[in-house]
Amino acid sequence: MTQHREREKSTAPPRPALSFGQKWRYAPAPEATDFVAIAPRHELFIAGDWSAPRSGRYFPTIEPATETPLSEVALGDEHDVDRAVAAARAALPAWSALPAEHRARYLYRIARVLLERAREFAVLETRDGGKPIRESRDVDVPLAAQHFFHHAGWADKLELAFAGRAVQPVGVVGQVIPWNFPLLMAAWKLAPALACGNTVVLKPAETTPLTALRLCEIFRDAELPPGVVNVVTGDGSTGAALVRHLGVDKVAFTGSTAVGKSIQTALAGSGKGLTLELGGKAAHVVFEDAAIDGAVEGVVRGIFFNQGHVCCAGSRLLVQEPIAELFVEKLRHRIERIRVGDPLDKNTDLGAINSKEQLARITALVTRGVDEGGTLVQSSCALPNKGFWFPPSFFTGVSQTDSVVREEIFGPVLTIQTFRTPDEAVEKANNTSYGLSAGIWTDKGARILWMAARLKAGVVWNNTFNRFDPGAPFGGFKESGFGREGGRQGLAAYAKCTGGLVQG
Amino acid sequence: MITPTDFRVPPVDAIALETRVAELATRSIKKDAKKKGLEMVVAMTDLTTLEGMDTPGKVKALCRKAWRPLAGHPELPSCAAVCVYPDLVGTAVESLRGSTVAVASVATAFPSGRAALDEKLADTRRAVAAGAGEIDMVIDRGAFLAGRYGQVFDEICRVKDACGEAHLKVILETGELRTYDNVRRACRIALLAGGDFLKTSTGKVTPASTMPVVMLMLEAVRDHYLETGRLVGVKAAGGIRAAKDALRYLVMVNETCGDHWLDARYFRFGASSLLNDVLMQWVRLRTGVYQRPEDFSKD
Repeated sequence: MTQHREREKSTAPPRPALSFGQKWRYAPAPEATDFVAIAPRHELFIAGDWSAPRSGRYFPTIEPATETPLSEVALGDEHDVDRAVAAARAALPAWSALPAEHRARYLYRIARVLLERAREFAVLETRDGGKPIRESRDVDVPLAAQHFFHHAGWADKLELAFAGRAVQPVGVVGQVIPWNFPLLMAAWKLAPALACGNTVVLKPAETTPLTALRLCEIFRDAELPPGVVNVVTGDGSTGAALVRHLGVDKVAFTGSTAVGKSIQTALAGSGKGLTLELGGKAAHVVFEDAAIDGAVEGVVRGIFFNQGHVCCAGSRLLVQEPIAELFVEKLRHRIERIRVGDPLDKNTDLGAINSKEQLARITALVTRGVDEGGTLVQSSCALPNKGFWFPPSFFTGVSQTDSVVREEIFGPVLTIQTFRTPDEAVEKANNTSYGLSAGIWTDKGARILWMAARLKAGVVWNNTFNRFDPGAPFGGFKESGFGREGGRQGLAAYAKCTGGLVQG
Repeated sequence: MITPTDFRVPPVDAIALETRVAELATRSIKKDAKKKGLEMVVAMTDLTTLEGMDTPGKVKALCRKAWRPLAGHPELPSCAAVCVYPDLVGTAVESLRGSTVAVASVATAFPSGRAALDEKLADTRRAVAAGAGEIDMVIDRGAFLAGRYGQVFDEICRVKDACGEAHLKVILETGELRTYDNVRRACRIALLAGGDFLKTSTGKVTPASTMPVVMLMLEAVRDHYLETGRLVGVKAAGGIRAAKDALRYLVMVNETCGDHWLDARYFRFGASSLLNDVLMQWVRLRTGVYQRPEDFSKD
């Protein structure tokens, strides 16, 4: 699929060219894995204890970088979901009646133990999901702990979050999380729910259940009361059983737009609360006055972070015409220097694609992009023989009508388009069915504000990208979903407010 | 074509720059890569003494160290150069005859640069006449900060002329320029004026070399090469004392500019105490144990 761009033949002397990696190669620097034992079999976590699925069925979870099985995991069905919801219901009265500062104490404890075991969680996350150890170590795990810390702080201050109103938990919450940030998404969902006094049934993604299950060990060590958090592993049918269960008061889902829509349909008229955090097709808007090398780094971070398996990934680059050629040239050099390979190597920048299915989807969309006339540029990096891999890639010569510009690829593939004026940039950036995030790259403060007011996206970053903070609400417009996670706004989905004159 | 008064440069985003530097600082350099890296650091070092108390005896000792950094290990490369004040160039040239080590001299009223232009040029010519193969000049920071960029440019051009065949390193003294945008602009001026090297600091001002500033210089010389085909070097000088930090600089070179610059002709460390830490690490890689600091010559 690699297409080398042909240089125009001319009699001019060869242009100066850079060369990388011929003189000094880094020796492998693999993170140790021997200290992270993985049990051959994982059961469901219900009412504070491990329990076998009623069906007696298990499914394998593999290491996407090598395709070797790591463990087998219980396949929960309706009956198991029923047991988990019953356990959560039984735990609810005592948990929600607990003095708020006591709930906070549990959350602080979870956060601290998670940091103590950070290396173990980072290794497990990387093995099960394929992401580089650099990211799981520096982003996923610390940020997950930060979410527990942050919401521990809110637990006894909810009356301040919703000024003058009485706050009660919503009840039993069903949470279904995706495979791209397995531990971090568990923390995003669990921390605010627990802080507000809810009890939870969590369903991790089929391909990446191990870190959420290991988190249950921390819940036990922290002596979290049985039933407050239950984890039911399984496939799509398990998730469907959870969101449809009549004992669930509120559903929170992060995942694909197609599944999100089906959940919303299923929940219509049920009276259940719902928040959805779905897909995205975010635009980077790079103006000619941008700090160009910083913008190149930001665009790289925006699309190649976590192999592009990021709902808020900046997958569409809109660059102003005067610098378009230079910018593409810089990107072409830059993707050659992205280190692709063993996710456990501390120097790896881009790890394995999460699953065979996802690789097939990325490959199909990229093939369609080429068929539709786009010019594909890919890194010449070598890819390992085993496992699921896709090189850093971008398309030039594409426009708003192309599939690769319209559809979420969820892989390391960027599309590049140009614009002439700020209005045109806004129009193109908003011309998508999604609206999760956007990035503005300019040296001009007034233009940042002008753009941010017009971009229809839940998060707008300026001169940076993919920065997360538990205090900043995260969520989307349009088909990217509704509801916010993080910050005071994120608490709203897990709190029932009564009294008071002012709407929270 | 750019006129000598037009030194426009792209803006620099401090957070983006520092984020990239911090990211590269997490690279893990082990085993063979570390050995190779340390050997490159030795070969790229301008062993420096720039003190009021310098004497011929001190300079001679430094020259021997630069020539053969570690007794009994001829497989280790010599340092790139010895860097001294102009009056000691003769001593250094004499001591290094027959070696590959170059003699670099600071000039142009180092370190402040506060002298009349003709004195700076005379200073330069004397150092070259005494046998210096490399001249480390300082730019006029006063003129730069006052916005007289043309004056800074002209002065570099004149010193370059005075250098003749000698290589010219242009010290920007980034610790006094303060902002990344200033550094980027000073890089542009020095590149257009014909400098053969961009050098961070005199070593007399804090902060001296920092990783973000060197990153910025690397980006500048890389872009200049792609624009003009002319290869200009970068010298990180002052404040680099640990082998670990030197390897981090090399990682920046490796992943920003690439192979052309992984060469003593195009990347240098200006340092004095760094060398012994590099040698200690290098010996540890061979023997598996750290030697005492006393086991390395302190010249």
